[in-house]
Amino acid sequence: MSILITPDTNILIQGITGEFGARHTRLSLDYGTKVVAGVTPGKGGQFFEHKEHKVPIFNSVADAAKATGATVSAIFVPPPFAGDAILECVDAGLDLAVAITEGIPVKDMIRVKRAMQGRTTRLLGPNCPGVVTPGTGKDSHGGCRIGIAPGYIHKKGHVGVVSRSGTLTYEAVFQLTSKNIGQTTCVGIGGDPVNGTSHLDVIKQFNDDPETHGIIMIGEIGGNAEVEAARWIKANCKKPVAGFIAGATAPAGRRMGHAGAIVGGAEDTAAAKIAVFKECGIEVAATPSDMADALLRAAKAKGVVLT
Amino acid sequence: MNIHEYQAKALFEKFGVPAPKGAAAKSAAEFDAALASLPEGPTMVKSQIHAGGRGKGTFTNGYKGGVKFCKTKAEAKEIAGKMLGETLVTIQTGPAGRKVQTVYFTAASDIKKEYYLAILLDRATSKPVIVASTEGGVEIEKVAHDTPEKIHKIVVDPAYGLADFQVRELIFKLGFNPAEAKNAAKLIRNLYTCYWETDAAMVEVNPLITTPTGEVLALDAKVSFDDNALFRHPEIVALRDLNEEDSKEIEASKYSLSYIALDGNIACLVNGAGLAMSTMDIIQHFGGTPANFLDVGGGASKDQVIAAFKIILGDPNVKGILVNIFGGIMDCNVIAQGIVEAVKEVGLKLPLVVRLEGNNVAAGKATLASSGLTLVSGDTMADAAQKIVKLVAT
Repeated sequence: MSILITPDTNILIQGITGEFGARHTRLSLDYGTKVVAGVTPGKGGQFFEHKEHKVPIFNSVADAAKATGATVSAIFVPPPFAGDAILECVDAGLDLAVAITEGIPVKDMIRVKRAMQGRTTRLLGPNCPGVVTPGTGKDSHGGCRIGIAPGYIHKKGHVGVVSRSGTLTYEAVFQLTSKNIGQTTCVGIGGDPVNGTSHLDVIKQFNDDPETHGIIMIGEIGGNAEVEAARWIKANCKKPVAGFIAGATAPAGRRMGHAGAIVGGAEDTAAAKIAVFKECGIEVAATPSDMADALLRAAKAKGVVLT
Repeated sequence: MNIHEYQAKALFEKFGVPAPKGAAAKSAAEFDAALASLPEGPTMVKSQIHAGGRGKGTFTNGYKGGVKFCKTKAEAKEIAGKMLGETLVTIQTGPAGRKVQTVYFTAASDIKKEYYLAILLDRATSKPVIVASTEGGVEIEKVAHDTPEKIHKIVVDPAYGLADFQVRELIFKLGFNPAEAKNAAKLIRNLYTCYWETDAAMVEVNPLITTPTGEVLALDAKVSFDDNALFRHPEIVALRDLNEEDSKEIEASKYSLSYIALDGNIACLVNGAGLAMSTMDIIQHFGGTPANFLDVGGGASKDQVIAAFKIILGDPNVKGILVNIFGGIMDCNVIAQGIVEAVKEVGLKLPLVVRLEGNNVAAGKATLASSGLTLVSGDTMADAAQKIVKLVAT
C-alpha cells in the first residue's frame, strides 16, 4: 500500500490549460498517472490532448468529479485565485486537494484553513511539489504523480518521505533510489507558514501503513511542526526515522524562498530542532548528502530491512 | 515588505489607532514646516530607518542616539540636522549602518506606563494572534524568556474576527483603569482591523503607553506586510523605500532570482529554496562560509544563470563559487550550457565547483568537461562542498 494516493487514484487538474499546469499534466500522463479531468472555467467541453490521451475539460470541480469520478485535485491556479480553487475542492467533497501554487496570500490561507474545519477534504500544500506514489514499471512508471516532482527518480518500495521542500525531497529520493531502496509515497507538504497537512499528519499515516518500513522527515527552520512530529514519533512510532533540518546558516528574520522558513524565536532554529530530533531517537543526517545513509543507520539499529 | 515608522503612523491614523502628533522631513528645508504642525514644548526626533535599536545606535560621525528627546522645538531642529543624511549603526543594521533619509518629529508624551502590543500569525493554529504585555518599551523576547507569565496571547477566529469578550479579556489582563479601558479597547479593535485589512504580516506597538489623563497611544509603530498580498494593495506598494533594500537583491528580483547576501566568501547558485538553504549549511559544515543564498527557481534559463553569476561576482568578498543543481524536470545539459556561456561572458577567474544531478546528467557533465573551462566537478553535495572549501582555503 501507500498513503494518500495509489496508482489507481483518478485525478483532475485545476488550471490544466495554463502553461505550468499543462506541462506537468503531460509529464503525469507520461508517468502513467490517471489524469481523468481538467478544470478551467470557461473552457468546459474542450479537451486537453497529449499523445494518445484526450482529457475532458470542465467548468467546475463539481462537474469534473461527478462526470469522471476524480477524487483528488492538483491545483496550478495563479495565487490570487488559488484559495478559491481549494475551497471549490472542499465544496465538491474531494478526498485530497494538492495546491502546487506558490505565493498565495497568508490571509487567504488563514480563511481557507478555517473554512476546511469539519470538512472531509485534506489539503496538501500550498507551495509544495506534490505527492508521488511510485509504480512498478521502468523508472517507477505506472505510479501516481501529482504535482511537479520528477517521476523517474522514484522506485517502488518501503520508505516514506515527507518534506517541506521540493528539491530537497528529490535529493533524498534520488539517494534512496541510487541505493536501490524504494519508496511507498513521497509527500511534499509545502514551504508556507499556513499549510493544510503537517509533518505529523503524514508521519501518522506512514506509521499506520504496513508497507512503509522506514521514514525520512525533512524539515526547515521556522515554526514547530518538526518538533511536534518528533515528540509524537518518540511516543508512538516504532519504525526507523531519519531527519534533516535545513537552514542552520540562515540569518534570523530573513525569508529564504520559503515564507515559513524564518527564524522567529529560540525554539525554531535548526540547532534546537536537531537537538529535539536526537532526544526523540531520530537519526539526524549531518548533511543533505547523508539522508539515505542516516535512514540505513536507523534501520540497522532497529534490525529493519528497507529493501 | 517593511515600512518606516512615520508611514506606519499615517496608516494607524487612517484606521483610528491614536498616536502622538507627528510630522516627517526629508530635507533640512522641511524642518520648520514639519515642526510648525506640532504643538509647542517637548519634542522627539526619530531617525527613520528599517531597523530596530535606533535609540541606542551610533552615527558613523560619532553622534550617539538615533532617537532623541528635546525640550523645545528649536532644539529638535538642531538635533534633526545632526541625524539627517548621516549613517546610523544599530544592533540590527550591521556595521555598514543605514543612511537616515527622513527624520520624524513627534510631540513628546507624558508617559504613565508602557505596554507591548503586537498582532501576527500564530503558526500553531493558523490564526491571527494578539500578543500583549504589561512590560513595554523593552525587548519582548527577553520578557518572553524571563517572565513568560507576563505575555498574554489572544487567538482570533478568522471566521468572525476579534470578539468583544476577547478585547475585554486583554484589557483586564493588562490592568487598565476604567478611564483607560475604553480608549485601549478602541485602539486594540482598530489595530486588529488595520492588521487584517492591509494583509499585514505583523503590526507591533512597543511601547504602547498610557498618559496621566487616561489617553492610550501608540508611541512607536512597526509594520510589515505579506509580500504575496501586495498585488491587491497598490497604496502600500507605493510606500516601499528602495533605499532600505540591498541593491543586489533588487537586481536579482528583476530576473525572478531569490538572492540574499551573507558575510562569507563562498557564493552558491542553487535551484530550489530548501536545497539552496542546505547548500549554505553544507559549506559551513565542511568549514567554509557561504556568501549568499541564491535560488534560481525551477526554470533556471541561460539568462537567469548569467544574471546570477553577475550578481554573485558583484560581491567583492566572494573567493569561489559552488553551483548545485538538481535537475529533476530540467535538462541538465541545458543548464550546463547556460553555465558555460555565463562563465565565458562574465570572464570568471575564481574557482568554480559544479555539482549537477538529475535529468540527462551525463550529457551535462560532458558539456562541462569539453568546455575548456577550469571548473571542478562534484559528484555529491558533500563532495562538491568539500572541494570548494578546499579551493578557497588555498
